Amino acid sequence: MTTTITILFFGVAYGMILYLISVGLSVTMGLMGFVNLAHGVFAMLGGYATVTLMNWFGVPFLAALAIGCVIVAAVGFALERTLYRHLYGRSELDQVLFSFGLILVSVALVRLAWGPLAQPIQLPGYLKGQVKIFDLALPAYRLALVGFGAAVIAGLWFAFDRTLFGARVRAAVDNRAMAESIGINTSRLFTAAFGLGTGLAALGGGLGADVLAIAPAYPLQYIVYFLIVVAVGGLGNIKGPFVAALAIGVSDTACHYFLPQVGSIFIFAFVFVVLVWRPNGIMARR
Amino acid sequence: MIAPATSNLPAAALSGMTRLLKLLPWLVVAGLPLALPGYEPLATQVFVMILFALSLDLLVGYAGIVTLGHAGLFGMGGYAAGILSVHGITDPLVTVIFAMMVAAFTGLVFGIAMLRTKGLTLLMLTMASAALLYEIANKATGLTGGEDGLVGVSFTPLLGMFAFDFRGKTAFFYSLTALFLAFTFVQALINSPFGWSLRGIRENDARMAAIGCPIMQRRIIAYVISSALAGLAGALQAQTTQYVALHSLSFDLSGNILIMLILGGSGRLYGAFIGCPAFMFAQDQLAKQDPANWFLGLGLILIAFVMLAPGGILGIAERTVAAVKTWRRA
Repeated sequence: MTTTITILFFGVAYGMILYLISVGLSVTMGLMGFVNLAHGVFAMLGGYATVTLMNWFGVPFLAALAIGCVIVAAVGFALERTLYRHLYGRSELDQVLFSFGLILVSVALVRLAWGPLAQPIQLPGYLKGQVKIFDLALPAYRLALVGFGAAVIAGLWFAFDRTLFGARVRAAVDNRAMAESIGINTSRLFTAAFGLGTGLAALGGGLGADVLAIAPAYPLQYIVYFLIVVAVGGLGNIKGPFVAALAIGVSDTACHYFLPQVGSIFIFAFVFVVLVWRPNGIMARR
Repeated sequence: MIAPATSNLPAAALSGMTRLLKLLPWLVVAGLPLALPGYEPLATQVFVMILFALSLDLLVGYAGIVTLGHAGLFGMGGYAAGILSVHGITDPLVTVIFAMMVAAFTGLVFGIAMLRTKGLTLLMLTMASAALLYEIANKATGLTGGEDGLVGVSFTPLLGMFAFDFRGKTAFFYSLTALFLAFTFVQALINSPFGWSLRGIRENDARMAAIGCPIMQRRIIAYVISSALAGLAGALQAQTTQYVALHSLSFDLSGNILIMLILGGSGRLYGAFIGCPAFMFAQDQLAKQDPANWFLGLGLILIAFVMLAPGGILGIAERTVAAVKTWRRA
């Protein structure tokens, strides 16, 4: 029983990280129809920014997370303005190749700057050790992941469902031409959504640095997982990917624990079946 | 279409001449071991990659199916040939045919499931299909050797006459012949009505369906043929290197082969012949110092090609020729 709950908990923590990183990708893909394989780059940059600020400049963990998030959002904003927007109307193949090129460049630059080894994160004292809840001893770091993730998600869902910005995004996802004709500046909306999405990815990368290790191969290694969350969850919505991320986090963790000889086979088979059954994801809007 | 008469030679003689001219590059390449002895193993690897990229061109360039999991089929061919050899069936041609059948069957099963979808979903499915095969090969260590790769692969002499020697001469001519046969086949295929229907589906699948073309069936056939050719390339690699690496199923290889094809120019048949040697030469030169240099250079080239020069190296050449022609006419 205890084992089951612990695994469930580890899986949820993992799912939270996957969700934080991927949700921005779902929104930008739904908005712009852009196949962006390079989304993991921003999560990696968030991780490097956090680790570097902490290790080199002695910035506390939470402040480093926040600064990293802002820096990466600015990078995302700049890239959207200079490069991404020229490719919105282009073929899927062009978008795949472009974002693949971006991955390679980022991998190379990160390797040149930080070297090939993974960057260890020094967690602050209050996130080390375990917290006892009833009879369960849960690691403080993962507990914080779940709590922090839940708070960000609550804020995000509120913004998406209840604010003017969220309404505009939803309108543009549903029907871009109509949204434009009632006076929504979709071009500016794209940039804002892209910046927000990359900022969230950076947050996920920094927060999850102890789960998904920060190393140059990061965007290549985890790209499949981020894309799975988006494809299974459905494009252009933020709740489908949440369900998908939790399902994948929990089932992958459980599989690696109970059936190590199966490992990741289950997750890919599962994704394959789900996508063949529902090509537009489990919560397709149309 | 009726071609305008360009010369006084009778048509039959002309086609005989051009046919000979088209054979010329192959003969030159076949003579390479005389000029550059010692490079046979490297050249063999290049031929295998060209064949693999050619199989991808059929999908990406002609059928308009973008896949990020083509290595799954390459690896299936490699493992099929390798596993057969480890279990005592070591005739090269028998194993190659078996490997092509295994890859074609894999392509059929995945193709039926995947090709109903489009866009991101199709990309994800191709990626997931290869990732699935990779994980299975990774875990089934008894059969595949897992992460260590499949060792102990060896084959009896080709046709009972030509042994696979360490100089690599047999492997060189064997893979060159296979590439020539595959190229001739693909060339005939894309110029057949079937090939034109693939282009039609690529350009506008709704219209092709409206004029009565069974697009799902055509896409699946294209996928199966491409799978068999990818399996052939994989089997050739297993036979010429006597080893099957887990990497042969990896996303890394799926991405690289797509890049090789695109750098050369997709949908042009010759793109693979330009892109693969260029890629492999540049990788060899740049990665020697630091892999980061190679990633940086390749990434920048890829971004530059997408932004500035669609159509790859051959696309640039075509535009240059067109520009020179208009300049001379003016």
